[in-house]
Amino acid sequence: MEELRVNEYNLKDIYTIEAGNFVTAGEASSNIKTLLKRLGVNSSKLRNIAIASYEAEINLVIHSKGGQMELLVSPNEVIIKIDDIGPGIENIELAMKEGYSTAPDSIRVMGFGAGMGLSNMRNNADDFKIESKLGEGTHICMKFNI
Amino acid sequence: MKVCDIVHLLDATFLAGEDLGENEVQSACGADLMSDVLAFVKNKTIMLTGLTNLQVVRTAEMLDVACIVFVRGKKPSDDIIELANKHGIPILSTAHTLYTACGILYANGISGS
Repeated sequence: MEELRVNEYNLKDIYTIEAGNFVTAGEASSNIKTLLKRLGVNSSKLRNIAIASYEAEINLVIHSKGGQMELLVSPNEVIIKIDDIGPGIENIELAMKEGYSTAPDSIRVMGFGAGMGLSNMRNNADDFKIESKLGEGTHICMKFNI
Repeated sequence: MKVCDIVHLLDATFLAGEDLGENEVQSACGADLMSDVLAFVKNKTIMLTGLTNLQVVRTAEMLDVACIVFVRGKKPSDDIIELANKHGIPILSTAHTLYTACGILYANGISGS
């Protein structure tokens, strides 16, 4: 995945996401939204970023063994990088398909796991990249022009 | 329409954000599946749901939802009310079922999101 030149970004923030914790799920995205609002990102773009970020965060809570979200902000763009420590996605093409989900019923009862998350991230981001290796982990990079 | 009009139409009570009755409402959605709400909902929407967990408020927060309505008289726990108050999202409770509550709003000119 493309290496980012981090020193070009005015703001960098890292959030640790705990696997399976539905109480704190969404806190990182809430913080990101509040921060970007304060920086003056317009409300329509802010909504796109918040939706994509929250979908990513919920995915980490549901599917991963834990991971982190990194926020990078420059005057022109917002980048959210998501890295988890596994278990990795076997078939990314299938996982990107709307309606396909491997989430168990316990997650569906919570109102998630409809198989919309990855495609919704891609739809809200201006650029979306995903890489995954089974047994290793998943890496997502979302860019938003602001 | 405003949130206070919704209170009247659904014979609802405020559980959070009573001071936000003037919030504007343009459309509504009824769902227990937050995944769908996140994928399809537009701005200034009322979200009617029978699901009462923290992620309902988180979803509403991300989408700038104008108001959450819990149907069938469901009372959410205090942490849910607290989170909604923190983010300035009004919560209403109505005794109507999801189907009936949506029907009342639709019949009164609120379109789907």
